[in-house]
Amino acid sequence: MSLKLGVPSKGRLMEKTFEWFGRHGITLGRAGSDREYAGYVQGIENIELVLLSAGEIPRELAAGRIHLGVTGTDLVREKLGQWEQQVRELAELGFGQADLVLAVPRCWVDVSRLDDLDAVAAAFRLKHGFRLRIATKYHRLVRDFLRDNGVADYQLVDSQGATEGTVKNETAEAIADITSTGDTLRANHLKMLEDGLILKSQATLFKSRTAAMEDVDRRTFETFKVRLRLD
Amino acid sequence: MPERAATRAEAARLRALFEAAGAVPVETSVLQPADVLLDLYGEDIRARAYVTSDALRGEQMLRPDFTVPVVQMHMEHGAEPARYTYAGEVFRRQEEDARRPNEYTQVGFEIFERDAPEGADAEVFSIFFNILRPFNLRAATGDIGILMAAVAGLRTSERRKAALMRHLWRPRRFRALMDRFSGRAPVPEARAALLASRDPMADAGPMIGLRGQDEIQHRLNALRGDAALGPISAAEVELLDALLGVRETSDHALEHLRDIAVDLPAIQVAVGRLARRLDAIAARGIDITTLDFEASYGRTQMEYYDGFVFGFYAENRPDLPPVASGGRYDALTRHLGRGREIPAVGGVIRPGLILGLEGGR
Repeated sequence: MSLKLGVPSKGRLMEKTFEWFGRHGITLGRAGSDREYAGYVQGIENIELVLLSAGEIPRELAAGRIHLGVTGTDLVREKLGQWEQQVRELAELGFGQADLVLAVPRCWVDVSRLDDLDAVAAAFRLKHGFRLRIATKYHRLVRDFLRDNGVADYQLVDSQGATEGTVKNETAEAIADITSTGDTLRANHLKMLEDGLILKSQATLFKSRTAAMEDVDRRTFETFKVRLRLD
Repeated sequence: MPERAATRAEAARLRALFEAAGAVPVETSVLQPADVLLDLYGEDIRARAYVTSDALRGEQMLRPDFTVPVVQMHMEHGAEPARYTYAGEVFRRQEEDARRPNEYTQVGFEIFERDAPEGADAEVFSIFFNILRPFNLRAATGDIGILMAAVAGLRTSERRKAALMRHLWRPRRFRALMDRFSGRAPVPEARAALLASRDPMADAGPMIGLRGQDEIQHRLNALRGDAALGPISAAEVELLDALLGVRETSDHALEHLRDIAVDLPAIQVAVGRLARRLDAIAARGIDITTLDFEASYGRTQMEYYDGFVFGFYAENRPDLPPVASGGRYDALTRHLGRGREIPAVGGVIRPGLILGLEGGR
């Protein structure tokens, strides 16, 4: 048996992850052509690289099909109920920083905080006959956040991409999305609410609490931790 | 599954007891149209109910409770007055605590009756009380109607009262609004700057989205009006706090609330209702001098109860949800009846919880 390490299969997240492990003397790489999702590991024994979509890594960790995985904290918290019981954070990797924030049109000069949004949601429902729509792909995180902060009379509409454009297209009145610099929000005439930070996320190395390990895997994991200077 | 068979048998026993009390047994569909429930409960219901869909009927929910379908059924073709009972499974998503069942049986009893609401409250409560007597449960009671009357009677603007009423069931938000309206919490900087600005729309950028400039202007005017309005007085805040803090046996609670009503006359009618309800409960042989009353009880539950509320708890099992709960939900019937309404009160027992208790079979 070997330990399975899940890593995002493409883009900057993959490259940065490879770099981070490289700095710790573990070389990760893609085997064969760019189109092939197979990988290799050098510099440590008994670890197998599994290239996956970042969005699937939380589920694979929870199911115990991979032992270790790199993905965003936002994805783990959105996709796993009681995430602490299914995975453990081993290390924050210092890249892929992104904030999940609530944003409204900049022209809503009367709205700067969540209680404004709540009051506007009540008035909007009366005037338009339906609940104010918030476009997002992070349904669970946004709903929990709004419930904890006592915002009512809204509805979530699913948006898997180009979320910032939904307000101008009038398919939503507000959005909750990931932003790193806020440039995309500004370019789309949106502004973040002062107390609208839902979650600060970054690429993080997680360990599954459910994946089975044999003695040899435990020894591999100890070596891995020493190499990465964890604990 | 022997447990399931035992639960079913216990449910049948309870339903027979409700039938013996004059209720007609009814059935409802497991799949409920999602739009009605979403309209009623908002987005929160998605966190509690399972949603499914097909291309023909759209979104449906696995029945999260019986109250809504039973009210709809009654309003469509029920004769008055009516007493109903039902037994069946409800489905609740559990994303935070895997030990809580996502599927369990409820047995319910509901009264739809226009006359003597306090009598109906007492009838429902005493039937539950007597059925549950062998299990040594603690009964909790409250009255959301008194809180609503107190808010409606505040000497402040309708707009503030509507905001408070809307958040009656969210105690933290309610508290924050009270702090703001009474001047105990400072005006946030951004709000102060907005109110001081001569041209708030100067830096607004292009108008985008469905919420129009008229709506923004309307709220700006409302905010200016509110800023010009005096705070809710410290005396009223104190009275409301005293009211929310009432928690004693029903006889003492009634005396206490009568004292508060001297200074807060808006609650007098509602306190009168409580007095009549307690008389009716006592007349059914229940000792109200040992029956707990808590003014804030029921505020964190689903927001359709708007009068009498009650629950039964296993005191040595604080890990369990209430074994039984219920209350009055006149406003729900008004909402579902689109103009028509019928005063209604009822409750449910969870037979699966009873089986695990001392004295259960």
